Amino acid sequence: MSDGARVGSAEPDSAELTADVDATRQLDLYRRMQFIRRFEERVYLLYLQGEIPGTLHQSQGQEAVAVGVCDVLRRTDWITSTHRPHGHALAKGVDLRSAMAELFGKATGCCGGKGGSMHLGDPSVGMLPAIAIVGGGNTVVTGLGLAFKLMRTDQVAVCFFGEGASNEGAFHEGLNFAAVQHLPIVFACENNLYGASTPFHQVSLVPDVASRAPAYGVRGEIVDGMDVLAVREAAGRAVAEARAGAGPVLLEFKTYRFAGHSRGDVKGYRSREEEAEWTARDPIVRLREHLASAVEEVVLDAMDAQVEAAMDDAIEFARQSPLPRAEDALTDAYATVISRETSS
Amino acid sequence: MTVAAAPAVGERRLTIAEALREAIAEEMRHDEKVFLIGEDIGVPGGFGGAFGVYLGLTEAFGHDRIIDTPISEKALAGAAVGAALMGMRPIADLQYADFLFECMDELVNQAAKMRYMSNGKLSVPMVLRCPVGTANRGAQHGQCPESYFVHVPGLKVVCVSDAYHAKGLLKSAVRDNDPVLFFEHKLLYGSKGREQAGGMDLTAHVPEEEYFFPIGKAVVKREGTSVTVVATHMSFYRSLAAAEELANDGIECEVIDPLTLLPFDDETIFASVRKTGRLVIAHEDTLTGGWGAELAARVAEECLFSLEAPIRRVTSHDVPLPVAPVMEQTVVPSTARIKAAIQRCCEG
Ligand SMILES: Cc1ncc(C[n+]2csc(CCOP(=O)(O)OP(=O)(O)O)c2C)c(N)n1
Ligand SMILES: [Mg+2]
Repeated sequence: MSDGARVGSAEPDSAELTADVDATRQLDLYRRMQFIRRFEERVYLLYLQGEIPGTLHQSQGQEAVAVGVCDVLRRTDWITSTHRPHGHALAKGVDLRSAMAELFGKATGCCGGKGGSMHLGDPSVGMLPAIAIVGGGNTVVTGLGLAFKLMRTDQVAVCFFGEGASNEGAFHEGLNFAAVQHLPIVFACENNLYGASTPFHQVSLVPDVASRAPAYGVRGEIVDGMDVLAVREAAGRAVAEARAGAGPVLLEFKTYRFAGHSRGDVKGYRSREEEAEWTARDPIVRLREHLASAVEEVVLDAMDAQVEAAMDDAIEFARQSPLPRAEDALTDAYATVISRETSS
Repeated sequence: MTVAAAPAVGERRLTIAEALREAIAEEMRHDEKVFLIGEDIGVPGGFGGAFGVYLGLTEAFGHDRIIDTPISEKALAGAAVGAALMGMRPIADLQYADFLFECMDELVNQAAKMRYMSNGKLSVPMVLRCPVGTANRGAQHGQCPESYFVHVPGLKVVCVSDAYHAKGLLKSAVRDNDPVLFFEHKLLYGSKGREQAGGMDLTAHVPEEEYFFPIGKAVVKREGTSVTVVATHMSFYRSLAAAEELANDGIECEVIDPLTLLPFDDETIFASVRKTGRLVIAHEDTLTGGWGAELAARVAEECLFSLEAPIRRVTSHDVPLPVAPVMEQTVVPSTARIKAAIQRCCEG
């Protein structure tokens, strides 16, 4: 692997929660959030230039949730993700090059080009292909937790979902089943105030998803999703509880997506004032300011440059990678190919 | 082509319910990753599943491996999918196949597609048992929805109609690395079915020794030269009855139980049609878009010039199921309707 790619690894280097998040660790959190931010920004341009096919749902603004939660997970823990998975994937440790190549639709992508942006994932780092059906992960994750319980491992599963998904029947069935079975699951709701264009207050009379937790007999907690240290702390406690066998926890991260819902969204449904209010709480800027007392500016700048170099490397890797063979489209529907030729 | 051997007299005969229970117990003993999940399957003093298939299993295997769920089909199907993704081998139970529509996302979007989306890195080795079939229970407890799933690449679809194949196929399904929907007809489980099926003996020889029957293989259960009849579940038995009656008129039906609808054993059907030149398809699922339409299309594509008459389908009429027996029996394919279709096919 090239130097650039190694420096650029988003993988957490230590998975255990330590109460004391020292400057080195904070610097790492900063790097990994920046990693996601720059990935999102670069792929958007590549998309506009026509190099990346399909569609994109971006997570600028929500990086603290992905990074803070995944920082307290082990490589052997699993996550499920959504139509907006880039941040979760990079935070859980999906290789940057293979994630980039997947968006390019290349054979070297983490799903061989069969998944694309909305199904990013890699079992080798504990991430299912992301599930682009809103609420889809909320029931499937119970099976991950059930398997861990039956196999008596101490693994934990985290289900990322949007506040919009909390109005799916799957939210109810998944949470209730996880609760009665005491499954080792953290339900991590990213409440970014909107489901596509629809504001949450228009579709739920209770403003906080976490307030539904008591109805299932589980602990719920509201967390500042724009503060990576707060996210990490709350996620650390929830994961520890789940790992210890105390059953599922519902965490609600108040956050905001700075970009549109998907490519080409002009965001006509929200005010510029509201956007300004939230961009003022940018989790990356916030941590950078917080770090200013302990870390020199040049160190942070050098880190940004490393992140950028890793992006350059990954983009070049994706560009140079071969396309999948057309006939590869016909494999992997089953363990053994059974597809029948069409008659024409 | 597999021709079922007639069991020797005095051999052990089981009902489908008994054969399924035996298959489940064997697989649970064989592999600790096999577990059961469903509603009302292991509750002490309960039913042992809607059709008693699980009776006694909780005593043998304990509640760790027999998981009673809330009435949450999405959660139970999702739990089966997720556990299978982690390497477990769940056998999930749906009480009634009509409830499949509650968990279509988990089956069609998740179970069927995870292997593909992961570029072959993940497997979903789960079985979902789905009782189907008309039994005076009306529009929402009697459907035969197997054709919906024949349309889903990534799923396998099995329909069993006798104890021997039920056991052999369930054991193969549990060990299969892809998700298998296992459709069983409510009237064929045991003794009750025997009466309602017109006094037929629905038990079959099930050897004591372990065996498997492969997914994707049809069985010629009655050999004949005049016409090929392909039928599942109750329609299969009614086809056999029609075949017996028609034998008196010199029409020799070759009756085939496809057993697996996806992947379909085309070759066994094609070979038979090339021999007989005629094809009748019978199923309790409704007509339009039913699996019979797919089979007819395949035979038309591959065997058109062997056909001496138009293909005939005998299915449930395209209406929801009524309860009143007189209406219900009008809707589902009767022996008389199957017999008439065969006669018509043989006239052409
Ligand atoms: C079952 C389902 N319904 C609708 C959609 C279309 N859709 C895609 S994303 C989205 C909004 C989801 O909102 P939320 O859960 O809050 O996640 P966010 O996009 O805010 O991250 C919708 C409606 C879908 N993908 N799946
Ligand atoms: Mg949202």
